[in-house]
Order: sequence, then structure tokens, then C-alpha cells
Amino acid sequence: MDWLLEARWSPYTVGIGIGVLSCFTWLISKQPLGCSTSFARTAGMIERLFTGEKAELKPYYKEVKPVVDWQWMLVLGVIIGSLLSSLLSGAFHLQWIPSAWAVSFGSNTLIRLAAAFAGGVLLGFGSRWADGCTSGHGISGTMLLSVSSWISAICFFIGGILTAKLLFAVLA
Amino acid sequence: MKEAGAIMIQDNKLQLFQGLFFGMIFGFLLQKGGVTRYDVIIGQLLLNDFTVLKIMLSSVITGMIGLHIMQKFGWVQLRTKAGSWGRNAVGGLIFGLGFALLGYCPGTIAGAVGNGYLDAATAGLAGILVGSGLLAALYPLLKEELFKWGSFGDMTLPQLFKVNNWSVIIPLAAALFLLMYFMEQSGI
Repeated sequence: MDWLLEARWSPYTVGIGIGVLSCFTWLISKQPLGCSTSFARTAGMIERLFTGEKAELKPYYKEVKPVVDWQWMLVLGVIIGSLLSSLLSGAFHLQWIPSAWAVSFGSNTLIRLAAAFAGGVLLGFGSRWADGCTSGHGISGTMLLSVSSWISAICFFIGGILTAKLLFAVLA
Repeated sequence: MKEAGAIMIQDNKLQLFQGLFFGMIFGFLLQKGGVTRYDVIIGQLLLNDFTVLKIMLSSVITGMIGLHIMQKFGWVQLRTKAGSWGRNAVGGLIFGLGFALLGYCPGTIAGAVGNGYLDAATAGLAGILVGSGLLAALYPLLKEELFKWGSFGDMTLPQLFKVNNWSVIIPLAAALFLLMYFMEQSGI
């Protein structure tokens, strides 16, 4: 069982594993792998804490109900699975600033958190705008040959590559 | 739907347990693949490290072949999402902006939290929730105009090219496989 303790697996082992996992989620749960809808549901739950009924009456939350469902549990499972994997290999460690960030932008925690927050807002906004993320469109939808998912996935990377290149060329 | 305090639960217990179980495997794989790390994701977007693409392409080839065989046997009923240029291209580009600034995506950020990365667990997660809520607030304004611009409905590539599924799957699997082969050959 030493392979469970390894720090990294080949990307192809991981990719094939995710492909096989997708077959099982469809077969057993009738669901595709996806993550970003659960963040919208959680946002709705938080809104409901403050405004109650008013949140549930929003047209968006009528379509994407603020509830815990299969996918919400999947995202929770991702946290636990990654925790287990990183504990087994000894890769788990608490860290505020990623090393590639620190090399280019310095080790000011507040600056990193401000960028992470701004990035998170755009990511959350963009994923709900596009109706999916790197897993829902990028993996699950592309393997089903969906046109909306291929366009989304290509645009995720066009936007991501251009922004990263610009950010690291101009500010770093 | 039943009430459990402030949290409402949809789906039955078995479904919820299955979600948690599959999620644990997904998270385990993402962590072993290295994509719960900012450095690996930003390396992909800077085109220095092709781990993300290698994982995505090999998963897509595997799942594409597996799921369509299973569909042929009638074991699964596959669903795809309708879309439009206004929704998928514009939304995708906004997503890309956030992807590069944050250095995680909605799935890998959950993995990053499990890995102990605190930028993900605090500001990153908070940002995603705020961004999702913002889209929910603006949804009535976007729904009828921008989201419908360039609408193509629920369409697959075989439907677009008016061919059967395997006429797309076989060449596409071969092309993606060749792309991975050339990535390995060139040492990236």
C-alpha cells in the first residue's frame, strides 16, 4: 500500500482515475462531477440566514435552491479526501502564501489575501455566469461532447493564460 | 425536502453519502495529482507546467469512451447543459480572470483547503461565495438579454457536425492522445 503514501502520482494515473470515477458517479448516482453550483447554494444559505424568505424568492435561488445535495456533499468530500491524501504523504502543512506567489509578488500576507479574494469573486461570478467550472464543464461536459462545455473550457484557459501572463509580466 | 435547523437538505441519505464518498476519492486524486497547489495551477496558466492539462485530457479520453459505451448498453442516461456564446464564452473569460488571480478553481480550492492552504480557506472561499451571490443578484438583468445572446441550446459536437457519436469520439480521443504524446516527447 506504499502508493497511498506517495507525494505525487503520475498525472495520467490521476486523470484516468478521474475518468473512471466519472463513469461510477453517472452509473451509481446519475450525477456528473461538478463543484461550482454548491458555492452558489452555500451563498444562498448564507443570504437566507440574514434575509430569510427574501433570499429564497430570488429568481436565481428558485432555480439553484439553497440546499445541501449530492454535489454539496461531493465538495465536502473533496476537502476530506485531499486532507487524507496529504496527511498520508506528509504533504499537509498550513501555509498562507504559496511559494510561486512569494517568489514573484513577495511575502506580504494581506496582498496575497486581497488577490485571492478578488480572484475568488471573479471565479465565483464567472463560474455561475458560465453555468459550470473546470470540473462541471472542463471535465464532465467535455467528455460528454457538450458544445457549451467545450466553449467554456477553452475560454477558462484563454482567460486564465492571458491574465496569468500579464500579471506575472507586469507586476512581478 | 426537510428542514434541519437553518440547513435544508435535498436528496436522500444514500445519495448524500454517495456524494461524500465520491468526493473523497476525487479530492484524494486531485491532491495526489498536485493540483491542490497554487504553484502547479499557476504553472499551467503560465505554460511552464502541463500537469493540469495532462490530468484533464487523460480523464476526458477515459470518461468519454467509458460513458458512451455505458450509454450504448443503456446503463446511464447522460445529460448535457444548454448554452450560448453570451453565457459560456463571456462567463468563461471572467472565470479565467479569477482562475489566474486566485490560482485555484472551485474544485481544487476545496482540495487546497484540505491540504492546509489558508489563502484558499479564508479569502479565496469567501470571494467565491461573494461572487456567486453577486451573480445571483444580477441574474434577472442578465437572463433575458446577455445569457441568450448566441444561444445554441443543448447541443453536442456530434449533433453540430451531424454525425454519430463515435465519428467524433474516435478522432477526438486520437487527437488528444497525440497531444499528450507530443507533450511527453518535448519534455513539458
